Amino acid sequence: MYTDTAHDAAHGEHHDHGPAKGLMRWVTTTNHKDIGTLYLWLAFTMLLYGGSMAMIIRLELFQPGLQWVEPHFFNQMTTMHGLVMVFGAIMPAFVGLANWLIPIMIGAPDMALPRMNNWSFWILPFAFTILASTTFMEGGAPAFGWTFYAPLSTTFAPDTTDFFIFAVHLMGISSVMGAINVIATILNMRAPGMTLMKMPLFVWTWLITAYLLIAVMPVLAGAVTMMLTDRHFGTSFFDAAGGGDPVMFQHIFWFFGHPEVYIMILPAFGVISAIIPTFARKPLFGYSSMVYATASIAILSFMVWAHHMFTVGMPVAGELYFMYATILISVPTGVKVFNWVTTMWKGSMTFETPMLWALGFIVMFTIGGLSGLMLGVAPVDTQYHDTYFVVAHFHYVLVTGALYSIIAAFYYWVPKWTGHMYDEKLGKIHFWWSTISVNVLFFPQHFVGLAGMPRRIPDYSLQFAEFNMISSIGGFAFGLAQIFFLYIVIKTIRGGVKATDRVWEGATGLEFEQLPSPPPYHSFTEAPTVK
Amino acid sequence: MIFNKLSRRFLVIVTGLASMVSMSAAHAEYALNMTKGVTPISQQQYGLHMLVFWICVVIGALVFGAMAWSIIYHRKSKGAVAANFHESTTVEIIWTVVPLLILIGIAIPATATLLDLEDAKTDADITLQVTGIQWKWKYTYVDEDVSFISSLAQSSRDVVNDPTGNENYLLEVDEPVVLPINKKVRFLFHSSDVIHAWWVPALGVKQDSIPGFINDSWATIEKPGIYRGQCAELCGKDHGFMPIVVNAVTEAEYQQWLVSKKEEAAAAAASAEQEWSMKDLLARGETVYQANCSACHGPTGAGIPGAFPAMTGSPIVLGDAAGHIDIILNGKAGTAMAAFKGQLNDVDIAAVVTYERNALGNSVGDLVQPSAIKNAR
Repeated sequence: MYTDTAHDAAHGEHHDHGPAKGLMRWVTTTNHKDIGTLYLWLAFTMLLYGGSMAMIIRLELFQPGLQWVEPHFFNQMTTMHGLVMVFGAIMPAFVGLANWLIPIMIGAPDMALPRMNNWSFWILPFAFTILASTTFMEGGAPAFGWTFYAPLSTTFAPDTTDFFIFAVHLMGISSVMGAINVIATILNMRAPGMTLMKMPLFVWTWLITAYLLIAVMPVLAGAVTMMLTDRHFGTSFFDAAGGGDPVMFQHIFWFFGHPEVYIMILPAFGVISAIIPTFARKPLFGYSSMVYATASIAILSFMVWAHHMFTVGMPVAGELYFMYATILISVPTGVKVFNWVTTMWKGSMTFETPMLWALGFIVMFTIGGLSGLMLGVAPVDTQYHDTYFVVAHFHYVLVTGALYSIIAAFYYWVPKWTGHMYDEKLGKIHFWWSTISVNVLFFPQHFVGLAGMPRRIPDYSLQFAEFNMISSIGGFAFGLAQIFFLYIVIKTIRGGVKATDRVWEGATGLEFEQLPSPPPYHSFTEAPTVK
Repeated sequence: MIFNKLSRRFLVIVTGLASMVSMSAAHAEYALNMTKGVTPISQQQYGLHMLVFWICVVIGALVFGAMAWSIIYHRKSKGAVAANFHESTTVEIIWTVVPLLILIGIAIPATATLLDLEDAKTDADITLQVTGIQWKWKYTYVDEDVSFISSLAQSSRDVVNDPTGNENYLLEVDEPVVLPINKKVRFLFHSSDVIHAWWVPALGVKQDSIPGFINDSWATIEKPGIYRGQCAELCGKDHGFMPIVVNAVTEAEYQQWLVSKKEEAAAAAASAEQEWSMKDLLARGETVYQANCSACHGPTGAGIPGAFPAMTGSPIVLGDAAGHIDIILNGKAGTAMAAFKGQLNDVDIAAVVTYERNALGNSVGDLVQPSAIKNAR
């Protein structure tokens, strides 16, 4: 990725350290740009790995009957697909963007804790190797869903579950260290004049996300530790036969799990809030209300967890409370969408690839948000819960939401990172190919869900056949589109039209205004002036 | 020119969608929407669902309409010059308050429905206890001394490789639940192993069955008919293979059905008193094994390495018959092996023990009579 940078760095060898040579550069690096690159490549690898499991799922669901895999293996696929996409693709991709962008956005020379930064990345390949290796062990990979409800994941799970527990611990440690680093960097290393309310929204959303991570990853660690002691050390946290409570597992899990949802979407809001103003050539509408909306979403996210549990038999007062709190979140989320649309209003828009992905994000994330409002209505959630309607909802939010924003961010900042423009035509093909296929993939899942198809089943009755086949075709096409994306990424890194320092006509921010494309290996060694 | 290109793309999408819609119209049985169902609750749920859906459609139309307007008219290629406004407290207050009012409008009917849905206790006519078991349902009519297990029908099991044309594939059971219409039925949910969820869309009931908990829900079925559902909570390997069938009948037919179930139970108890031959035990044992044991231990007794032990050559099966009977009756704590004493009668357990000891590659040679099970209980 750094051929040009290395070349540039050679000029300034007397007063600047360029990157080391060879493989050890990546192993021992403490440079935020290198570590950002590593995170992004890990995320892409995991996206393809998790995606290949989705292909197996869609292949088995292509038609009714069991044709390709056994139900036990199918459950392993749905579980690992979820775990890998959440912890391996989406979260590391955002940490990669944070590493690359936060220092150059706030005028810092690097992350505040560079050695810890190295460590928090290098834990991850080991964590995912451990997790993936269970697929080849006796008993197989985790098969209890990415939500691993007890007692299916404790008393009834194979021995390999201990590897899963260990892997989750490692991922949690990595995330917490990454989050500490982000907070330390943003609070201590801003250039003079970069006040909090002048920070780009991407920095703001990451600051809030980092607090969410620190608050909830230990809760997840607690949950898996209780699983471990239940499995091996005679405790009965979740075992009703020993006086424990299986429902408590779900409360603990979702107390982690709901903020986790926002961990995966708040940085996306930051990305979109950077891209829309650039291509509308108009400042972001309602900057401060965006900051407040992000903070209120984050606070509310701690108070709505049990809306994932409307069918576990809560007291009616609990159900009412969680319903009200849940639908309330649509207010600040709506504010975000309205602000983006108003930013476009009376702008002077152009539609380069990053803008297309951002517009795709707004439309499809809104669809996912609206189906989320439907799901929040507790008495009707009785019918939606654990069906494909839910699957459609969270894929609209996570694929056409979080993943779309990551891809948008790639196209938007890659000319800055590498100094090369991507191929505009290929980028647009990638967008339209993905957007058509992703809707063919997920939209029909609303229908089969409403018509009564439960999620996580390897086989279904004939009435669901037609929409499942359509969905699978969309799935294969969407999967292929991301292989095409891999080609675009490699092509862009290896060469392309030289990017200007500003990259985009309407771009603002320190990274575009004060750094060349690509930026030197060590940027902002002297603090820039912020107007 | 760009606009031309866009409109061509739009046309492609519209024709694509149109062909999809016409395809689904041609097959009316491919449902697109939630069922209205046959209970007061399911109808309220449907009404709320449609209300919130149309609210979402209107909001979506407004947001996407505004977006489309600016995409079409506020584009640089059309000579649009960017304005520079970036704040308006009035507008921001409006789009915070208006959604709040809409939410209150949703919350009021939703609260009413929820209170209704949660009121299972008041004036229940019949209480049906539903126990989730990996991977079947046990139904107990609390006041009637009638109890049975309902699992996936053989007609579905036989065609998993090619279910084409099999009506109600995966939605058929060997013994449906029978309930009278126009009576308030209170369901009590419980599980004997992991968490399951009992879901029949037409009844508007979905409730988790959880070990150590008793949940409740209710339904008053207003129309006779057969209503199908499935387990909705991932409960292990055969989660997709534990359907629910509710047969709603008139009160008279229901009473008749109760009588026949009681007669069946009496006949089964009588057969437990007889001496059984090896041949009969093996034949019955195979049926019991395939219905209850094969999901984990495999149709040929091979098990799933690392997850479920094999029957072939198992030390428990080859060992003392008393130990073998004990593990089937009482299960094995801390593992997935369930206690079958509440699920199978003496004849079934005797048959399956005999079958496991003398089939699936084992040949211990002994024969276990139902009386031995009765004594071991």
